[in-house]
Amino acid sequence: MSIDIETARRVAKLARIKVEEDDLPALAGEFNDILIFIEQLNEVDIEGVEPMTSVTPQRLKRREDVVTSGNMPDKILSNAPDAREGFFAVPKVVE
Amino acid sequence: MTDLNALTIGAARDLLSKGEVTSSDLTEACLTAIDGSGALNAFVHHTPEIAREQAKAADARIAKGDAPPMCGIPLGIKDLFCTKGVPSQAASRILEGFRPEYESTVTRQLFDQGAVMLGKLNMDEFAMGSSNETSCYGDVVNPWRRGNDDAALTPGGSSGGSASAVAADLCLAATGTDTGGSIRQPAGFVGITGMKPTYGRVSRWGIVAFASSLDQAGPMTKDVRDAAIMLGAMAGHDPMDSTSADLPVPDFEAMLTGDIRGKTIGIPKEYRMDGMPEEIETLWAEGRQMLEDAGAKIVDISLPHTKYALPAYYVIAPAEASSNLARYDGVRYGHRAKLSQGDGITEMYEKTRAEGFGAEVKRRVMIGTYVLSAGFYDAYYNRARRVRAMIKKDFDDVFATGIDAILTPATPSAAFGLGEMTDADPVQMYLNDVFTVTVNLAGLPGIAVPTGLDRQGLPLALQLIGRPWEEGDLLNTAYALEQAAGFVSKPVKWW
Repeated sequence: MSIDIETARRVAKLARIKVEEDDLPALAGEFNDILIFIEQLNEVDIEGVEPMTSVTPQRLKRREDVVTSGNMPDKILSNAPDAREGFFAVPKVVE
Repeated sequence: MTDLNALTIGAARDLLSKGEVTSSDLTEACLTAIDGSGALNAFVHHTPEIAREQAKAADARIAKGDAPPMCGIPLGIKDLFCTKGVPSQAASRILEGFRPEYESTVTRQLFDQGAVMLGKLNMDEFAMGSSNETSCYGDVVNPWRRGNDDAALTPGGSSGGSASAVAADLCLAATGTDTGGSIRQPAGFVGITGMKPTYGRVSRWGIVAFASSLDQAGPMTKDVRDAAIMLGAMAGHDPMDSTSADLPVPDFEAMLTGDIRGKTIGIPKEYRMDGMPEEIETLWAEGRQMLEDAGAKIVDISLPHTKYALPAYYVIAPAEASSNLARYDGVRYGHRAKLSQGDGITEMYEKTRAEGFGAEVKRRVMIGTYVLSAGFYDAYYNRARRVRAMIKKDFDDVFATGIDAILTPATPSAAFGLGEMTDADPVQMYLNDVFTVTVNLAGLPGIAVPTGLDRQGLPLALQLIGRPWEEGDLLNTAYALEQAAGFVSKPVKWW
């Protein structure tokens, strides 16, 4: 499987990272180097092996379904690049 | 008497409890050392006011008696830890200006026990790197040099600032984090002790996430005793991290007897890599002999899937990173790109992330996006998770035969020069983690202990890997190795 320029462009779009048109060929090249390295995994017989989901078998702890935190809009917004009237502000989303 | 900033935690604690020094004395000595250390670029956010206040409080507590072991100890904190009101930006432009409204569990526990924060330490951006060359603050420089050659060397990464600061005696110890080797490789490159605990031993809450199933914080210290003391203060169950283990934290320091008679140490044949420098081979053979002389039984073992650990890691870690780093969107914190007329929210995301992330972070986020994308999820991501299960089973199998710990080299070489790997492809840099990454995939505890110098006078380290949750036993084996190796070299001060 090799990554062409079109695929590199699509991946950049999916990742929401702007990549200049001129930089796509080099990026595709780097992806391919990494993918060739990763493809060693195809040598391994994984038949019947379950994907690992946790490092030690432990049940996730459960807790009461109650509110444990909140009422701090100022703290939540304190680092926002643009906050107005108690909300995060972003460019217009709907035309 | 040793300079106060050069003390170990253990020695400082004893002097503090006897009233022979104060935390303020220790803190001033470290602040002075930090002021003169600009050339190392280890400390990137300085917090002398906080440090002096904490030291004063610690001295009051010590005077009353009953202070915990970390009380009054000046530390450096990796920039990956959120510290309340203090810049915490994971060495990334995208978190420029971010001041957390909360404290990470690890730093909260340390400060609750009276530890002193000197400042935040440089690192690779989002902990992605092995040479501390991906930081938005610039490279960290290793205090060690090759003999009289003044070429700047890497302290390793990603916890390169922590490594450099501890080795140069800018602080008594530092926090680090380890996703594929980011505590152990830099510890090895600067001749200090670095430990990654069992996954779940230390809470991840408030630590900027890279790859959540692999990330684990740990101590970077001047010796094994200090690692035991500091790990005890960092560890413990935290309801805020659902993967943190609800297990008692033993007194790790009390387990340091140095007696390893009757222990069985495994030597994995797959860690003998083609092209491994002879010095690393020799170091490893010497370590084996030291443990044998100390009364351990040495057994050759096999971990057959070792070769696939790095490729599996370079699927799983980027996949998790692409998901974790999706939160940096220019909305809630950090950098937002300046927008042009007509730009909508998608352009805001794309421009913000293009400006805010460095090249290595972008590369990994995009690789992660690719392996998780429709049609490739099974072929890459699920396959890697299944290979990961096999790598873990390799360890389970050898531990089941009675192996107590496994001895390997910590790194494939000594510290290399800053810039030396610039032209190499990314995979060459990834090979730095070849001996350490298996431990993260399997969730095991691992520790790097300096045991020798190479012929250019640079430190070299061995790694011991332990059974899950048996950090105490692992630390004791490391302690025996440390005593046998007698590594006491320090970098000659040039900065």
